[in-house]
Amino acid sequence: MSIQVAVDDCTGCGVCVDVCPARSKEAVKIKAINMTAKGEVHQKQRVDLEYFLALPEFDRKAIDLDTVKGSQLMLPLFEYSGACAGCGETPYLKLLSQLFGDRSVIANATGCSSIYGGNLPTTPWAKNRDGRGPAWANSLFEDNAEFGLGIRLGLDKQEHLARLALKQMAQALPPSLVDELLYSDQGTELELAKQRERIVQLKQVLSTLASPEARLLEQLSESLVKRVVWIVGGDGWAYDIGFGGLDHVLASGRNVNVLVLDTEVYSNTGGQASKSTPRAAVAKFAAAGKSIGKKDIGMIAMAYGHVYVAQIAIGAHPLQAIKAFHEAESYPGPSLILAYSQCIAHGIDLSTGMSHQKEAVQSGYWPLYRYDPRVGHDGGKPFHLDSKKPTLPFRQFASKEARFSMLMRSDPNRAEKLLTLAQNDIHDRWHYYEQIANVERSLAGFYDEVTE
Amino acid sequence: MSIDLSTEYLRLKLKNPLVVAACPLTGNLQSLRRLEAVGASAVVLQSLFAEQIDHEEYEIFRLHEYAGGVNAESQGYFPELEDYNTGPDPHLEFLEEAKRHLGIPVIASLNGTSAGKWVRYAKLFEMAGADALELNIYFVPTDPDQSAAQVEEQYLEIIEAVARELSIPFAVKIGPYFSSLPNFAQRAIRAGASGLVLFNRYLDPELNLETLRVEPHLALSQPSELRLVLRWLGILRDQVDVSLAATSGIHSVEDTLKALMAGANVTMLASTLLQRGPEHLARILGDLEEWLARRQYVSVKQLIGSVSRNRSADGSAFERANYMKALVSYTKDGHWA
Repeated sequence: MSIQVAVDDCTGCGVCVDVCPARSKEAVKIKAINMTAKGEVHQKQRVDLEYFLALPEFDRKAIDLDTVKGSQLMLPLFEYSGACAGCGETPYLKLLSQLFGDRSVIANATGCSSIYGGNLPTTPWAKNRDGRGPAWANSLFEDNAEFGLGIRLGLDKQEHLARLALKQMAQALPPSLVDELLYSDQGTELELAKQRERIVQLKQVLSTLASPEARLLEQLSESLVKRVVWIVGGDGWAYDIGFGGLDHVLASGRNVNVLVLDTEVYSNTGGQASKSTPRAAVAKFAAAGKSIGKKDIGMIAMAYGHVYVAQIAIGAHPLQAIKAFHEAESYPGPSLILAYSQCIAHGIDLSTGMSHQKEAVQSGYWPLYRYDPRVGHDGGKPFHLDSKKPTLPFRQFASKEARFSMLMRSDPNRAEKLLTLAQNDIHDRWHYYEQIANVERSLAGFYDEVTE
Repeated sequence: MSIDLSTEYLRLKLKNPLVVAACPLTGNLQSLRRLEAVGASAVVLQSLFAEQIDHEEYEIFRLHEYAGGVNAESQGYFPELEDYNTGPDPHLEFLEEAKRHLGIPVIASLNGTSAGKWVRYAKLFEMAGADALELNIYFVPTDPDQSAAQVEEQYLEIIEAVARELSIPFAVKIGPYFSSLPNFAQRAIRAGASGLVLFNRYLDPELNLETLRVEPHLALSQPSELRLVLRWLGILRDQVDVSLAATSGIHSVEDTLKALMAGANVTMLASTLLQRGPEHLARILGDLEEWLARRQYVSVKQLIGSVSRNRSADGSAFERANYMKALVSYTKDGHWA
């Protein structure tokens, strides 16, 4: 297997080198991928990249997208952004674009992701060779959840109209085509590809028809492919400014997927504390270390019962992250994914950000879990803890981040007290989650409210 | 008749020869008070590492200021603090606090490799009230073009620079890896050292076979490590008038007695107290007094250097002959002949 670096676009963050597990047996500091001075390799790498880009893409229908390797062979439709080198948010967006990019509509809250997602006049969001890619927009800050809900309602209405128009034109169309367009599952890449083929076939037939209904159906036909709505934003939006809207959207029961890129601080505006900022962390408006623990937005969402919730950390457990994305997308109701995103405002060497996520999980600071309402019936246990019991003391994890170590330096007494409380937070939360993992649920009826 | 356990170290009159070396036990006030209560005659505070200060200041700049000032919305990512408590301030404040609460001498410890900030920190410690200083000069020469003489010059440069500025006495804690330790000892004393601490334990790196990384590894001392110290105490005692301190591998009264007899004015304990608790010092002290009484010594001073190279029955035992005898006396079956 070869990995080709886009030499003109690489930010030099060093994360790929840090996570690479393969070392030379002759000189262990040499890995399968290494940083090197750009000048030495620039021209040749440009030539190599051109060759690489001309290679055919992998067939999405033939690759298992549920695996790490399979998902990473897919074409990313989120390319080179203006995010910080080593940003913890962007891998999730890249993954999202690889899994669902060619049929996603994204409502992006204002914040880092809206800035690097639309560093006008450029955008990192891209198209594939068929000209398909995510449709992306940023409205405001507080309105992002509602913005995304509005997009969902609009898409649902378009689909509804398309289906209506299709049924009305059924007499003029091949019966098997109409049935397949209306009732195919579209649950796999193969089925999605077949649906697109059917739409091509439909358009061909419609082009031979002169009626206004045919013209309308032509315009609406693409709506017959399942669209995925992603409501994306940081914790400043999700936990604070846009929380009311988010709550409203989760309560709606509509099929939207919320992705919170949780840096635990307002990153874009220079590191102000949010309700996601953990206890003992130093941030602006929490210069003496935040004294209150982090809001557990996952549990709040889970209290509804009908919301799919997952907490992921792609650097620690990429397979669990991929599973969560698939489950969220397939769940026909509101989904919430909380994604641990290391940030420059954590005060770490971002080149080690991905491996550092492992310690976030090992310490229990960021436990991994999935709550799937589909399991919560007939006494099933919908909450599943995906990470192991904490083994690393929180202090050991925290001392590697300036947002905690700064307090250890400026006010050791206060730091000691807050770190002790923070460790207790972790113990308590783990114990609480362990108990919830044993809770049986009998959630009934909400499917009826969200399906047509 | 009571035994006079007192000794003199770095012109300080100590009530007994048991000093606690720089270690985690000397890093907090509660522990220091406990050590004094169990009989320690002096304490060496945890070291201030010059590189650590430089590293911390650099890291604060790197992580705190990194990417700051890039755009108008985020000039920086952390709040501005009034004080980052970098530099020697935490150590100085701790020294002052220790001096307020302890009746025994408090020796500050500096650890580093070059003259740069040494002098400044040494002077600050003196002004903060340190009774004496311990300069822990240690670096690993990796440059094949740097000669042994040049390495030693680096040590002497630091010693001279500190001696020019300081009024309080200071000892130099060194390792054994000098081509001619007696020569270096003389030159260190001429440069201004009031004492020598033998020896620094170079906590050598360990290789992790799982991660393939070279990692730091702290192993507490073993009594067998004292033997190297004994050799050089025995040799140097007859050559220098300054204080000599023994450290590494002093775990029991027997080790203490050997070190004193070879020529140490004081013995410095760390590992054994970390393992067995500060109260172990009281046990060693009691055993020392009991041993001296049983053997009819009147004082510790009587004991010091009594088995040095010149005063022992066979001084060559401290030299190469000892090495030869040890090898010859060991049979191929692993038993002593």
